[in-house]
Amino acid sequence: MKLSFIKPRAVIAAAIGALWLTHALADDLDAMSRDDKQWVMPAKNYASTRFSGLDQINAANAGHLGVAWSFSVGSNHGQEAAPIVVGDTMYVVGAYPNEAFALDAVTGELKWKYSPRVDPSSQGIACCDVVNRGEVYDNGKIFFNTLDNHTVGLDAKTGKEIWVAKLGDISRGQTLTMAPLAVKGKILVGNSGGEMGVRGWLTALDENSGKIVWRAYSVGPDKDVLIGPKFHPYYKDAQGKDLGMKTWPPGRWQIGGGPVWGWISYDPKTNLIIYGTGNPGPWNSNERPGDNLWTTTIFARDADTGEAVWGDVLNPHDLYDYDEINENILIDLPINGQMKPVIVHPGRDGFMFVIDRKTGQIYSADKYDNQTSMKSFDLKTGRPVMNDAMKPILGKNVTGICPASPGVKDWQPTAYSPVTHLLYIPHQHLCMNFQTSEVGYIAGTPYVGATEDIYAGPGGYRGEFAAWDPIKRQKVWAIHEKFPVWTGTMVTAGNIAAYGTLDRWFKIVDARNGKLLYRFHAPSGFVGQPITYQGKDGNQYIAILDGVGGWPGAIANAEIDPRVRNAAGGFAGAVGDLPAYTSGGSTLLVFALPHQQENAHAN
Amino acid sequence: MRIEALVPLLLLALLPAAAGAGELRVCSDPNNLPFSNRAGQGFENKIAALVARDLGDTLKYTFAAQHETFLKRTLHAHRCDVTMGVPVGMEGVEETRPYYASSYVFVSRKSDGLRLTSLTDPRLRTLKIGVHLIGGDDAPPELALGKQGIVDNVRGFLIQGDYSRPNPPARLIEAVENKSIDIAAVWGPLGGYFAKHSPVALSVMPMTDTAGFKPLVFRFAIAMGVRKGDNALREHLDSVIAKERLAIRNILDAYGVPLVKIREASNG
Repeated sequence: MKLSFIKPRAVIAAAIGALWLTHALADDLDAMSRDDKQWVMPAKNYASTRFSGLDQINAANAGHLGVAWSFSVGSNHGQEAAPIVVGDTMYVVGAYPNEAFALDAVTGELKWKYSPRVDPSSQGIACCDVVNRGEVYDNGKIFFNTLDNHTVGLDAKTGKEIWVAKLGDISRGQTLTMAPLAVKGKILVGNSGGEMGVRGWLTALDENSGKIVWRAYSVGPDKDVLIGPKFHPYYKDAQGKDLGMKTWPPGRWQIGGGPVWGWISYDPKTNLIIYGTGNPGPWNSNERPGDNLWTTTIFARDADTGEAVWGDVLNPHDLYDYDEINENILIDLPINGQMKPVIVHPGRDGFMFVIDRKTGQIYSADKYDNQTSMKSFDLKTGRPVMNDAMKPILGKNVTGICPASPGVKDWQPTAYSPVTHLLYIPHQHLCMNFQTSEVGYIAGTPYVGATEDIYAGPGGYRGEFAAWDPIKRQKVWAIHEKFPVWTGTMVTAGNIAAYGTLDRWFKIVDARNGKLLYRFHAPSGFVGQPITYQGKDGNQYIAILDGVGGWPGAIANAEIDPRVRNAAGGFAGAVGDLPAYTSGGSTLLVFALPHQQENAHAN
Repeated sequence: MRIEALVPLLLLALLPAAAGAGELRVCSDPNNLPFSNRAGQGFENKIAALVARDLGDTLKYTFAAQHETFLKRTLHAHRCDVTMGVPVGMEGVEETRPYYASSYVFVSRKSDGLRLTSLTDPRLRTLKIGVHLIGGDDAPPELALGKQGIVDNVRGFLIQGDYSRPNPPARLIEAVENKSIDIAAVWGPLGGYFAKHSPVALSVMPMTDTAGFKPLVFRFAIAMGVRKGDNALREHLDSVIAKERLAIRNILDAYGVPLVKIREASNG
């Protein structure tokens, strides 16, 4: 199978060399992303494959890896960010207070540091630890978000602040945690805070000024959702006028959620950006009858104007907190004997969706882990077939709902190898019981809520690192892990795949069969995203941020607040033994083969 | 011997704050009347002052918004030792004995003469109703209305609302005042206090006919909360609560808090 995004590297490397001399020419980020010496955006490339053509470190020698250098980002919260590498510099941003650093990618020498003044009260707003998922580079600038709703543009060489744009308000429950994407001179940013009555949006900023170019809301009238004449949804339930209002009780869309806190992909051929929206909120589901569009929806939009082109509502009237903000991998797959440009979307709801990139038609939706809340996915209607026995009803104990609220897979991104033709999936393996028991109290209002008691799925393990064949539509191999696998992953032409565990192991496995090749016991549990690059010394490196946290890991880096339903009765309960394995951390780890470690020290 | 000299100090630092130790460290919301604010104008502030006086302690506040991570950032982070209002039965904290109980209430304009108390009153199908939205979990009236299919005429007001404005939960009562809704279904202390200070005459009626909505509860007993295992402090607080029953009641009355009998609150 030939994949369009793999191009000769040398040409691009030369082009980048020229660009480092002058900023007069605009960078071609798409071309830069194909240069495997670098890793210029968290997803590696616009297709979000997180695949590198480097093979110096490979299945034969990965066992000899060791730590070349390390660096502390200084605050012990969940470190979910992907480091990025542009030229000979590595850029990394920590969890709150979101300090950003530039380091020599070979020696680890600190080039500059930028400390934003982040409003400390934003910590109390974020639902699931104070994470940040990374930075992005374009045209000599570094862009990232701070928890208190600012997007920052820095000079990549000096760390000097070029602009700061305020996009939301913590006093209204909004935060920013996602990594932006740079597309054609625009920085795309989405908000977090679905449970706080936030109205979800994706915003495009001018990368030179930080000014808002367009904003597409996830709920509300068509004009706010940027639905117009270009919009041609494939399925009936997405066809009609102002469905972002009409699928809600009157006015309820105004605080309807659908935040955009996950990943955005870009298809240069069709000029479409593709991303998913979060769950509806903040009402109990029986107070929001209707499909609640456009929450839990995959959107394809024109990258220049933000106009919607198609939209698939994956979990209409979501009952389980199944956000669909997960990554969308753009590859070509044989569909009925014909190669088609598709999106592979490993759904939070447990279905592996294969979707036509141009039309939104869903070709297949296979369960990729234990799933009881939905019987199947109807490809004709584009809707899940719900299992009514698993419907959470207050006053009724419902047991064995799988997956639990964090889904089969949450934000932690997968990787696709055009060498093995496999998709690598870090994910959780959790079910839940829904019980009415908890007396709670927030800001002076008592209530009786439901407890989600989350526990290991069948087999007794809570996480898995799996390889999935998207052509045969089946799991090829899987490694069971004690805890949910909450890191991203990456895969290389050297047939190695990398991930980390909450109980502090960084692991390299053989991408062909899952055989463990190397593991390192790190200071803290992992929730980060591994990357790889080639330094100016000619050697290949692998980097990942270490520091436990995020939704499952917050129990280990701080005492969990029992008022948070999903923490106290839910995820915290599922990983209650985690503090016996790890405490918080904040370390960037860079791995290399032995001779490379020496080089790093000599420099 | 420098190290030896340090030992007693360290031991002191590890001991839980107790009566007579000098400080009563309380975590409070700086912007949430009638409960508390930074200026000390809430009834929880007054009761905390009463407790501190009785224990011979000076009162020291750590202020933090009562969002979902409030306890994590305050009590459990050892930034204070007491939080003044927790419903009996809440997990994760050690409770004192309850010092008051209140009920969810309906707040409407007196001039409308609704006198509505029943959660099953048919007029609720047509009146414009306001409820507080919490996010993640739900206040009982919202769920009870939803169970009856009363949806389209219900408007949600975020309890955390716009925190840059004073007392965010007050927006719900203001909506009754300015007639954008007809009736608010709200937790008693909020409804009672804001109705008392309203420029418009408002009626505050405790909810009735709630039994059919079990397991939902509409009357809650409220206690003070300390960290689990902090029994010494809990016992001191319990003795103050027993001794000052009348003074506490007077404070709550002054704030218009609709009180119900503690033993009739169903959350215990």
